[in-house]
Amino acid sequence: MNAPAPVVASDAPLLRVRGLEKRYGARIGCAAVSFDLWPGEVMGIVGESGSGKSTLLGCLAGHMAPDAGEVLFDVGGVLRDTARMAEAERRRLARTDWAFVHQHAHEGLRMGVSAGGNVGERLMAVGARHYGDIRAQALDWLGRVEIAADRIDDRPTAFSGGMRQRLQIARNLVTGPRLVFMDEPTGGLDVSVQARLLDLLRGLVREMGLSAIIVTHDLAVVRLLADRLMVMKDGLVVEQGLTDQVLDDPQHAYTQLLVASVLQV
Amino acid sequence: MTATDYNFAYLDEQTKRMIRRTILKALAIPGYQAPFASREMPMPYGWGTGGVQVTAAVLTPEDRLKVIDQGADDTTNAVSIRRFFARTAGVATTEATTEATVIQTRHRIPETPLTEGQILVYQVPIPEPLRFLEPRETETRKMHSLEEYGLMHVKLYEDIARHGAIATAYAYPVKVEGRYVMDPSPIPKFDNPKLCSPAIQLFGAGREQRIYALPPHCSVVSLDFEDHPFEPSKADAACGLCGATDSYLDEVITDDEGGRMFLCSDTDYCAGRQAAGHRGAAQEDAA
Ligand SMILES: Nc1ncnc2c1ncn2[C@@H]1O[C@H](COP(=O)(O)OP(=O)(O)OP(=O)(O)O)[C@@H](O)[C@H]1O
Ligand SMILES: [Mg+2]
Repeated sequence: MNAPAPVVASDAPLLRVRGLEKRYGARIGCAAVSFDLWPGEVMGIVGESGSGKSTLLGCLAGHMAPDAGEVLFDVGGVLRDTARMAEAERRRLARTDWAFVHQHAHEGLRMGVSAGGNVGERLMAVGARHYGDIRAQALDWLGRVEIAADRIDDRPTAFSGGMRQRLQIARNLVTGPRLVFMDEPTGGLDVSVQARLLDLLRGLVREMGLSAIIVTHDLAVVRLLADRLMVMKDGLVVEQGLTDQVLDDPQHAYTQLLVASVLQV
Repeated sequence: MTATDYNFAYLDEQTKRMIRRTILKALAIPGYQAPFASREMPMPYGWGTGGVQVTAAVLTPEDRLKVIDQGADDTTNAVSIRRFFARTAGVATTEATTEATVIQTRHRIPETPLTEGQILVYQVPIPEPLRFLEPRETETRKMHSLEEYGLMHVKLYEDIARHGAIATAYAYPVKVEGRYVMDPSPIPKFDNPKLCSPAIQLFGAGREQRIYALPPHCSVVSLDFEDHPFEPSKADAACGLCGATDSYLDEVITDDEGGRMFLCSDTDYCAGRQAAGHRGAAQEDAA
């Protein structure tokens, strides 16, 4: 199935990355990464283990500081370098304009807090002070990620892996972020659970017109969700373009291998 | 060993100067937890070593010291700290709130309104109000410096979701001067409105090596929700001894048959009312 055509609502990118580099001592995490992400666009990042996908995502989301390059994000119509802005401002962006869905749900959830509290946290972080409203929004979002209303006061420790991941997604999307980072959102889940989660994600992406960057090593995820694709190897981007183009007519030998190996499975 | 073997108020002058500098810093940034190098005291942690060090640093020979534990002047803890300073500083002591210049307390604020010039020193077990939901010290420090306090409301949200109302009854979190969120130590939330006071209030946490403060008349707001406003509640009863209905009450068991009675937790307040002729139900039964 093909991903929907990108909705390009603006003539400026939401995110512009130039010459991004992150090293771990002498080892390259990622290097020379440049791309533009447009509003409403979903970009997939694929590559084998250790190719630098998580490192790149971490630099984009402000979890780690890059050693070189710019991460320019549209703040009120102006492209601002988030890698160089004050930490307070970057963290404010992280809890308002950005969302981050971790591979392991427990890293992105508060396991000691109820499902409702988990979803409500971002609302309260941006100033919501009406318990009834917060709860109503939490209920609405639990419904949207197909978690029964009567589980609202249960802790995620009592949830299955798939439910935890859906709860993490609800918790992230409740404040209507402009850019969602996802690192292997379907990794580590059963195949049938993966399919359901993918379906849900695709629905939300379309409905909300989300801009997203999704790291995965699963080309099926990319096919389903991503408008554009970036292929990484040894910390470098070896190929990028429209998802269908890259997957159906891969230019780089490594991409050809990647696509071929998937087809063999 | 005689009293003269101690430096005034036990601590050496250099240590007291260091603590006073921390106190001044804490007063300059109301609600901010200022770190200090806590010293060994001749009593175990959990017995108010933080409060004792702060008291030692602010005491002068002219001071009159009162010490209370849960409102009472006559508990073992209160008596031993009072005796400690009577011996090491030779200061006068009192049980009367109005006569004290320095009051060290654990878990209560006196009922009698404090006045300008008085200093209230709290013993604090856990100074970090965010600890409950975020155990990482590096993270909580960052949350304070960046004013990221959404988590405090998550705690209150959880309370309401579980109990139908904000069940936090002690150590109820407050926002100071519209900036720092602060744990007022495990005082009952009934005492929270008294945190806005003409007195100087100093909080000492010995094990955690933190001092924080409320200067006189600073704004202290208890956190809440619009549809679940803060209520400084207490037992809906009157003191059995003095009949007070406006003071914080402890429920005590009075006999082997499970008889119960409410009594003022502030013993000085209760005694003062009785001396002025007020009588509670228990006194009238006896009469
Ligand atoms: N904290 C770290 N310290 C040192 N080297 C690291 C660190 N994190 C990652 N690396 C190295 O950086 C490179 C890129 O790692 P990264 O985790 O970004 O890869 P990835 O594409 O996300 O892999 P995976 O698919 O396994 O998650 C690898 O060589 C890795 O060993
Ligand atoms: Mg990774």
